[in-house]
Amino acid sequence: MNYDKLLSRTVTELKPSGIRKFFDLVGEMTDVTALTVGQPDFVTPWHIREAGILSLERGKTYYTSNAGTLSLRREIDKYLTRRFDLHYNPAEEIVVTVGGSEAIDIAIRALVEPGDEVIIPMPSFVCYEPIVRLSGGVPVIINTTFEDKFKLTAKQLKAAITDKTKLLVLPYPNNPTGAIMDAEDLEEIAAVLRGTNVAVLSDEIYAELTFGKKHVSIATLEGMWERTVIVSGFSKAYAMTGWRLGYLCAPAPLTKQMLKIHQYAIMCAPTTAQFAAEEALRNGDEDIAYMAEEYDRRRRYIYAGLTKLGIECFEPEGAFYIYPYIGKFGLSSEEFCQRLLVEQKCAIVPGTAFGACGEGFARISYAYSVNHITEALEKIEKFVKTLEK
Amino acid sequence: MDKILKALEDNATLTPEQLAVMLGKETGEIKDIIKKYEQDGVILGYKAMIDWDKTDREYVTALIEVKMTPQRDRGFDRVAEKIFNYPEVQSLYLMSGGYDLCLVIEGKTMKEVAYFVAQKLAPIEYVISTATHFVLRKYKDKGVIYGAEQVDERGIGDI
Repeated sequence: MNYDKLLSRTVTELKPSGIRKFFDLVGEMTDVTALTVGQPDFVTPWHIREAGILSLERGKTYYTSNAGTLSLRREIDKYLTRRFDLHYNPAEEIVVTVGGSEAIDIAIRALVEPGDEVIIPMPSFVCYEPIVRLSGGVPVIINTTFEDKFKLTAKQLKAAITDKTKLLVLPYPNNPTGAIMDAEDLEEIAAVLRGTNVAVLSDEIYAELTFGKKHVSIATLEGMWERTVIVSGFSKAYAMTGWRLGYLCAPAPLTKQMLKIHQYAIMCAPTTAQFAAEEALRNGDEDIAYMAEEYDRRRRYIYAGLTKLGIECFEPEGAFYIYPYIGKFGLSSEEFCQRLLVEQKCAIVPGTAFGACGEGFARISYAYSVNHITEALEKIEKFVKTLEK
Repeated sequence: MDKILKALEDNATLTPEQLAVMLGKETGEIKDIIKKYEQDGVILGYKAMIDWDKTDREYVTALIEVKMTPQRDRGFDRVAEKIFNYPEVQSLYLMSGGYDLCLVIEGKTMKEVAYFVAQKLAPIEYVISTATHFVLRKYKDKGVIYGAEQVDERGIGDI
């Protein structure tokens, strides 16, 4: 068989994750103190798990309607209204998806045609660019900077918009930097977008994890609701990563088309997860508060710990990552992380995993116990001391 | 500041320095607050949660229901004090419902527990009757699940 001839060139030309080698190396080692994981260390709260189990006991093992059960969509609307002042019609403006990932996929696929430009601020989650490429779109990368607190600025956006711009991806609260966009920041972005026909894909999966400031959605600003697709899900807020459940919200003319892709590719999101999610939305506000407070403590702890070691960090305001600047040690990100791994058995993710602009940085997840973080900080301390000699 | 209490209840090994960073306070302030809690008897002690079943220590735990007659003017307090002063008594509660005191006792063997009930507890004046239940297995105590392995099943993650 000539597999090269069989496979789609668009797919074979997609770059595999740049740090595959690094993770293979981590996988080969034992007793590694890892700060690499991008998911909560909490187990899904029991009342939510129980709701899923109960749905199975009651034989709810069928497909649901394509967009998800109406009762779940109603709960999503109530939740978004309650917590973020967002308003969507459950009947036609909400689609329940297989994680936030699927929501990103169908949103981009429904909007982007070959040649369309999609603006992607980086560093950010790794999936936007490949999905845009699969649609034949052209990713236009904006590198956010430490100096700008990794926010997207109006100036950068203005300079990037062309006649071909179709979509702006807005990945805040941000993985890997922990940056957020507050109301004033978003207002400046909105001012640039008003009067254009550019849509916004606002990835708000970490909306519940902001510290000190409440998350603001761009869709709440004047003239933005009409152009915004909100992507969110249950993974981070309720520690439900393995359930694979997310959703998107957008004006009906958009969801109608996105739903078609979802219908043909997926049919419907997992039914058990949908029942569990309903319980999460109804009775999970306290769980969110508890976990967010835990993350906040660890955030302060790891920020103080790294700063004390003389490692310059942007103080994260959202998600559960910190993104220290390690460039001053004279090693590339990958070298730094690889040597830290080999010499001290501590794993953190090279910033380059999140775009070329991640050179000089590393992503550290603090979705770990304080004792674990303490152990990792001790290893990092030992390591940087050897570099400073 | 019940945030300090909550944090220490979850993990008593946190140092004042760590707590200060996590809660956005000064170390000195945290030390003062903890000291005050200790003086006021709000914080009574710091202990480790140990799963003795994973060691070779031999022990049995029993829960004993005690029915008794309250004393005039003193209710159950005097007798309760007499009982909780025995070092083998781990916990003692005054209960509503079918009996009055509930005590948790630990001994080396069942015989030792039986001896305690027969020789020390039952003869106490005002004690009417006792019912001893031996613990067969501890699943969870003070929010901690016993017997579970502490493995991070998330592994190292991926991008």
